[in-house]
Amino acid sequence: MADRRRDWWDKEDDLPVYLARPGTTDQVPRQKFGGMFCSVEGAYESKTIDFDALSVGQRSSRGAGQRAAARGSASPEGGEREREPEREPEREPPREAAGQPGDRGVGIISSTGGAGGKELLQNLDDLGSDRLLIKGGRIVNDDQSFYADIYMEDGLIKQIGDNLIVPGGVKIIEANGKMVIPGGIDIHTHFQMPYRGTTTVDDFSQGTKAALAGGTTMIVDHVIPDPGSSLIEAFDRWREWADEKACCDYSLHVDITHWNDSVKQEVESLLKEKGVNSFQVYMAYKDLYQMSNSELYEIFTFLGEMGGIVQVHAENGEIIAEEQARMLQMGITGPEGHVLSRPEELEAEAVFRAITIASQTNCPLYVTKVMSKSAADIISQARKKGNVVFGEPITASLGTDGTHYWSKNWAKAASFVTSPPLSPDPTTPDYLNTLLASGDLTLTGSAHCAFSVAQKAIGKDDFTQIPEGVNGVEERMSLIWDKAVVTGKMDENTFVAVTSTNAAKLLNLYPRKGRIAVGSDSDLVIWDSDAIRTVTAKTHHSAAEYNVFEGMELRGAPLVVICQGKIVLEDGKLQATAGSGRFIPCSPFPDFAYKRIKARKQLAVLRAVPRGMYDGPVSDFSPMSRGGTPSASARTSPTKQTPPVRNLHQSGFSLAGAPSTEETPIRPAGRRIVVPPGGRSNITSLS
Amino acid sequence: MSHFERRCNKEEDLPVYLARPGSASQSASQSPRQKSYGMFSSVEGAFENKSIALESYCAQRKRSRSRENLADGDSGGSKDMGTVPSGKRVSLSLSERLFFCDSSPPSSGIERRARRVRGSDRLLIKGGRVVNDDLSFFADIYLEDGVIKQLGENLIVPGGVKIIEANGRMVIPGGIDVNTCLQKPYLGTQTVDDFFQGTKAALAGGTTMIVDHVTPQPGASLLQAFEKWQEAADKKSCCDYSLHVDIPHWHEGVKEELEVLVQEKGINSFQVYMAYKDLYQMTDTQLYEAFSFLKELGAVVLVHAENGDLIAQEQSKILGMGITGPEGHALSRPEELEAEAVFRAITLGNRVNCPVYITKVMSKSAADIVALSRKKGSVVFGEPITASLATDGTHYWSKNWAKAAAFVMSPPLSPDPTTPDHLNSLLACGDLQVVGSAHCAYSTSQKAIGKDNFTLIPEGTNGVEERMSFVWDKAVAVGKMDENQFVAVSSTNAAKIFNLYPRKGRIAVGSDGDIVIWDPDKMKTITAKTQQSAVEYNIFEGMECRGGPLVVISQGKIVYEDGKLHVQQGVGRFIPRKPFADYIYQRITMRSKTMAARGVSRGMYDGPVYDIPATPKYVTPAPSTKTSPAKNQPPPIRNLHQSNFSLSGAQVDDNVPRRSGHRIVAPPGGRSNITSLG
Repeated sequence: MADRRRDWWDKEDDLPVYLARPGTTDQVPRQKFGGMFCSVEGAYESKTIDFDALSVGQRSSRGAGQRAAARGSASPEGGEREREPEREPEREPPREAAGQPGDRGVGIISSTGGAGGKELLQNLDDLGSDRLLIKGGRIVNDDQSFYADIYMEDGLIKQIGDNLIVPGGVKIIEANGKMVIPGGIDIHTHFQMPYRGTTTVDDFSQGTKAALAGGTTMIVDHVIPDPGSSLIEAFDRWREWADEKACCDYSLHVDITHWNDSVKQEVESLLKEKGVNSFQVYMAYKDLYQMSNSELYEIFTFLGEMGGIVQVHAENGEIIAEEQARMLQMGITGPEGHVLSRPEELEAEAVFRAITIASQTNCPLYVTKVMSKSAADIISQARKKGNVVFGEPITASLGTDGTHYWSKNWAKAASFVTSPPLSPDPTTPDYLNTLLASGDLTLTGSAHCAFSVAQKAIGKDDFTQIPEGVNGVEERMSLIWDKAVVTGKMDENTFVAVTSTNAAKLLNLYPRKGRIAVGSDSDLVIWDSDAIRTVTAKTHHSAAEYNVFEGMELRGAPLVVICQGKIVLEDGKLQATAGSGRFIPCSPFPDFAYKRIKARKQLAVLRAVPRGMYDGPVSDFSPMSRGGTPSASARTSPTKQTPPVRNLHQSGFSLAGAPSTEETPIRPAGRRIVVPPGGRSNITSLS
Repeated sequence: MSHFERRCNKEEDLPVYLARPGSASQSASQSPRQKSYGMFSSVEGAFENKSIALESYCAQRKRSRSRENLADGDSGGSKDMGTVPSGKRVSLSLSERLFFCDSSPPSSGIERRARRVRGSDRLLIKGGRVVNDDLSFFADIYLEDGVIKQLGENLIVPGGVKIIEANGRMVIPGGIDVNTCLQKPYLGTQTVDDFFQGTKAALAGGTTMIVDHVTPQPGASLLQAFEKWQEAADKKSCCDYSLHVDIPHWHEGVKEELEVLVQEKGINSFQVYMAYKDLYQMTDTQLYEAFSFLKELGAVVLVHAENGDLIAQEQSKILGMGITGPEGHALSRPEELEAEAVFRAITLGNRVNCPVYITKVMSKSAADIVALSRKKGSVVFGEPITASLATDGTHYWSKNWAKAAAFVMSPPLSPDPTTPDHLNSLLACGDLQVVGSAHCAYSTSQKAIGKDNFTLIPEGTNGVEERMSFVWDKAVAVGKMDENQFVAVSSTNAAKIFNLYPRKGRIAVGSDGDIVIWDPDKMKTITAKTQQSAVEYNIFEGMECRGGPLVVISQGKIVYEDGKLHVQQGVGRFIPRKPFADYIYQRITMRSKTMAARGVSRGMYDGPVYDIPATPKYVTPAPSTKTSPAKNQPPPIRNLHQSNFSLSGAQVDDNVPRRSGHRIVAPPGGRSNITSLG
């Protein structure tokens, strides 16, 4: 369909003047759209993203607000248009050139050399790679796929369509009909995470390189402040590390490791000023990170009001602690003890509890690391009941299972240690992939947290000391392609949704990230759906010595990765620059989660029943009885409550057979009635 | 089918070679063939050595009864059995267990209508349809000394019996109400229904045994509380009773008391609370310990399942909004919190491999969780109560404060009006097992303690009297449930779970004489005016209800007849219960055998180990700081049979340059290939 349309549009080069679009000066040539976008000529004119406004203030304004990315018009303007005539000759040679290498690959041609002087004017001081044209690709967004060319400049997508009018000096990539997808967003990483005086072997540079090599162009890392320390300080520290080393754009979640009023203020300022919209709380790690139900309730309530996303590490820490002690007592010290002490039920239980609390507090919930069938089931059931909950399976849970914990090779077994653990049920990956395809699980992370074998060996005599984490940032996209798309569970659009778009929506970065559209960041991946590679620690980009996917053959891999408008991966070669990654601030109240929440807030107003005051007899009671009151609210003494005002319009009078109960014959002992002076009023009549 | 069985009874003269095997050991060698009747005799003699070991059972009971203060005088009655008029030889075992090994023509026994003064001690129910949980059959029942002595047709009974003509009506085992609170203190007051009033109401409703909750105050001794309850019940109770003990507070000292209660006092069920923050509530860790401990004792864990932390938060929020009436009670305890706690309790039960009994299943979602986990194999039991099966929580919004407050209980009734129907369906299909009443009656003036603050309203509804009728009306009369399942949920299952079976919960020879003649067509309108309970407001007020007891026999005595109660205070006996009820612990025992976790035998890891600084800046994220491996764990012994040697390309990655950023402490002997990452 797209092909036919392109032909048709190509023929219509000479349109009469009266068809020039309204509202523009007459000299401006007709702008060309291609593909699905131009079902109505000019329909997009004033509706799509105003990239002009964006590109002007981009570098500066992105730092602060950056929500502007959502709106505006998408017309390429100014100088580019005048050069339309010259464009055609430039287009031809690359096409032929691209045909030569054998039609399979993707050709990259820089047009700056051969095309004469005019274009050079535009590129006086600019690098050629800043301007990129991807030709002949099939753009795959989460909602549709279509054939179109993409022109990028200054790290932004400037034009999409057929027969684009582009300035000279562009580098042209021939996609030859290959898929062009938005770069992946890995919403869960732990790069450079400190752990007992050491840090994970993948720092931000190593980690983001691995990410880029796998087709992921943005990562979201977790800031883990020590319990008791300042969240903002930790956040600043992480920013420093990442700014120095990250090779791709990044954002940060902040983990709430303890809860009090000062933390509350810090969370507020992180949300409002620092560009963090998601916070993780722990239901596990007793006596360290674990939060009680009351604290969870408070955090959820608070973040629900402030527009944050609550992420939970869902495992029942108390039972785990008991089980761990039991395992150690039984003499089980190896990595199998890890999974034995953290059975998947405990994960499911905590997920259930978290969902209950979230629904009580009307707060959107994000469950990190869905590792087991039962946890995933709970999420999908809750979604069916209408709860706003998002589940994140990770690379490891989608790709492998927990049988390896029983490996005879300690180093191998230990490298799988993560929490919640991989499920020993070998059908789990398949099941999670199915739920991911059906939309019950929303997005994917990697929970990449790589420790060397020597670090893992801290726990060689005690599994509870093994640092927890698996790799996965590099394999994430390929693995999902292999397990879900190749097997026919998922279509390519859902693939884009779960690897990128949904994460962008949840972080409130959409459509800047997670979509190929005019005005979006030019983080793109040309995806080769047929490439087969074998995962091995020898060739992977992470510094970890052991890859949990070792030996797996995965179909589907990135051919070209473009990050911030620059080609960072082609021909299997990675050219990333540490420190080029920008911090992308996320704003609160992402529509993806909060539209429903807001609507519910208006509905969920509780109202009291207007009643006349009860003025019947009241039993004598001893307020401070031995055991205190069985009701839970001893703190809210009733005397502090303002007594309900008697509603005088509300009649206490009733005609129903009134004081018949006066005749109740038996008044057993033990019941003292305080009869009020005026006798019983009929509001107490038991009709 | 039962017709066929009756025909079998005509084969009077069986040859000697059909005399039952193994009988010589029990009675004299001359003892004639024993006759069994009804469905029981589908294979002649098949029941001989398989059915209830009454001998041992009775002997034991004798002992325990006398210890538990029960002077019911039943041991005296068995000696004058010689009044069998026909003069045929009857072999009686001393322990009251008798087989009428008599081949006399059937006509001789029954026609006699001789009555004595003490006739009520000997009862014959004639022409009834005996309904047990597994089958229904026509048979006569002869009761003596509070025990069912004979079951069958054409019974040979002594003189002086009182005969009740059942005329084909259903004869069912008396109901067992496993959840009552007849002496629950609240802020210095007590429930209006004490053991007398409460058991009277129970008997009027066809329930012949109750199991009450002992609720000690936090910090108080469980044993003392138990004794206090037992004393009160012994004095006042009109029917047999047993007790659950609530554990208000978990600490080491409780363990000893629990052990005493289980092993000496005959208690096998204990309730723990997941709600009532800062009062009864236990943390997950405490629950884990309690579950583990009680499982070792062979007890049943009853769980009050609601998330107390969240309730406390919701309560203060709702009070803060100015909602102080009973509707706040329902609003602050939404059913999700119940479902959450049920789920958590079941998870704990699974981990510990301990049976879990959920008291008061009040909502659809909680019931669904129970049903789902049963399908996954958890040993869990759910108990809906009269109120949740018959009415709903819309009344919390009643304009009449007293009415609204009467419904206050925890977990609250669900405001969803389809709940009762759903729970009845699950009860009928076996996903929920037992019906209790959670009868805990407070007067309106007591409820009014919370007139300005719903959190102070004492919690509890009535239901002990209406329980059986409502299950009949809502489940059997509408065709969801058959009469056998009715018996199961109202009596038998409870007896099995709490290890009273088959003494209670079944009509069989040797079982207690707790029997109800049930009229399935009796119509009754529930009202506080005619009820037995002392409570002023009946939450089922005005509801019409089909089905009710015609005659109630408790301990072999008629206590309810023609709508009139003839009860005597203090006749109720405490029924001790032994731990490790087969019904639940068979599975648990098997599972503990198979579920043992085993470690993997590996060679010792002798590769590089990262040097941890002696004083790490912060603690390990692993939660088990308490179990330091250095202290408890002997270092694993190197298994010399376990070879480290491997033929897979061992050293391939040895030449991969070490990446920066980690320090390797190389052991003196170099890396062994156990760390090779093949």
